[in-house]
Amino acid sequence: MKFGVIVFPGSNCDYDCYYVIKRVIGESVDFIWHKSSNLKGYDCIVLPGGFSYGDYLRTGAIARFSPIMKEVIEFSKNGGLVIGICNGFQVLLEAGLLPGAMRKNRDLLFICRYVYVRVENSDTPFTRLFHKGQVLHIPVAHFEGNYYIDPQSLSRLKMNNQVVFRYCSKDGEVADEFNPNGSVYAIAGICNERGNVLGMMPHPERCSESILGSEDGKLIWQSIVKSINERLAKE
Amino acid sequence: MFKVKIYISLKEGVADPQGITIKNALDSLGYSGIERVRYGKYLQVYLKNSDRKKLQKKIDDMCKKILVNPVIESYEYEIEEVK
Repeated sequence: MKFGVIVFPGSNCDYDCYYVIKRVIGESVDFIWHKSSNLKGYDCIVLPGGFSYGDYLRTGAIARFSPIMKEVIEFSKNGGLVIGICNGFQVLLEAGLLPGAMRKNRDLLFICRYVYVRVENSDTPFTRLFHKGQVLHIPVAHFEGNYYIDPQSLSRLKMNNQVVFRYCSKDGEVADEFNPNGSVYAIAGICNERGNVLGMMPHPERCSESILGSEDGKLIWQSIVKSINERLAKE
Repeated sequence: MFKVKIYISLKEGVADPQGITIKNALDSLGYSGIERVRYGKYLQVYLKNSDRKKLQKKIDDMCKKILVNPVIESYEYEIEEVK
């Protein structure tokens, strides 16, 4: 099994993801430069956080046209697992792999702190080791995480169970005061209809070891590993 | 040569935290009667193109492909001939 972490100019959580996958989870992983155009042999692609292309124009808008993105789209169409974290989520939105768009945070602040999110869908390859309603203690670090989607598309998201994480209180209560950035429906993470592409604003790679204050993110990586192992066993 | 002025704004109904903050600042400076402020972007694109029709198509293309996010933004533009 092999992970690939895409590196755009301006990515800055690439090493964190690489480190967690290799040292904490113990799986094989490569960095993939954004100019590359080959994803052969990979089982899961990570689009890491950061400020690709300095967030110029719009977050993710320019990275979305990096050569590797054509391959990432193809990879996802073939059922490959793709996880976009923070800026990676923004790139997935710009690329049209996930619906919606990001606006600046409601209070115009860069938010860098731990929050709580609730697992809404534990039936994805990324969340299968959680139970529905489980609360994760996980950090966010973004200026543009205020998720927007029009009401009709939101209904579709809900109907298809594509809302994966919502901001909540420590006890799992969803309310405006626990929504750090103003996201529609307190959305912190969504997946595509097929369930093989996940975008999330919180950073699981920053909370995969207890020494960092939380290891709630670890179960996301472990869920991915389990999903891939099962698929490989079938092949 | 043509100079194209492209104006990008958030669609109606999309919340605009920057616009709200700017309005609050104007209010607090005592400018009365401001109903609302919407924040946007302005780009100047200079290009060589002899045919105005083709130019329009090109600009629409650029806007839809990368310059504008149609989920939350709309755009309009003006074309000026310059030396």
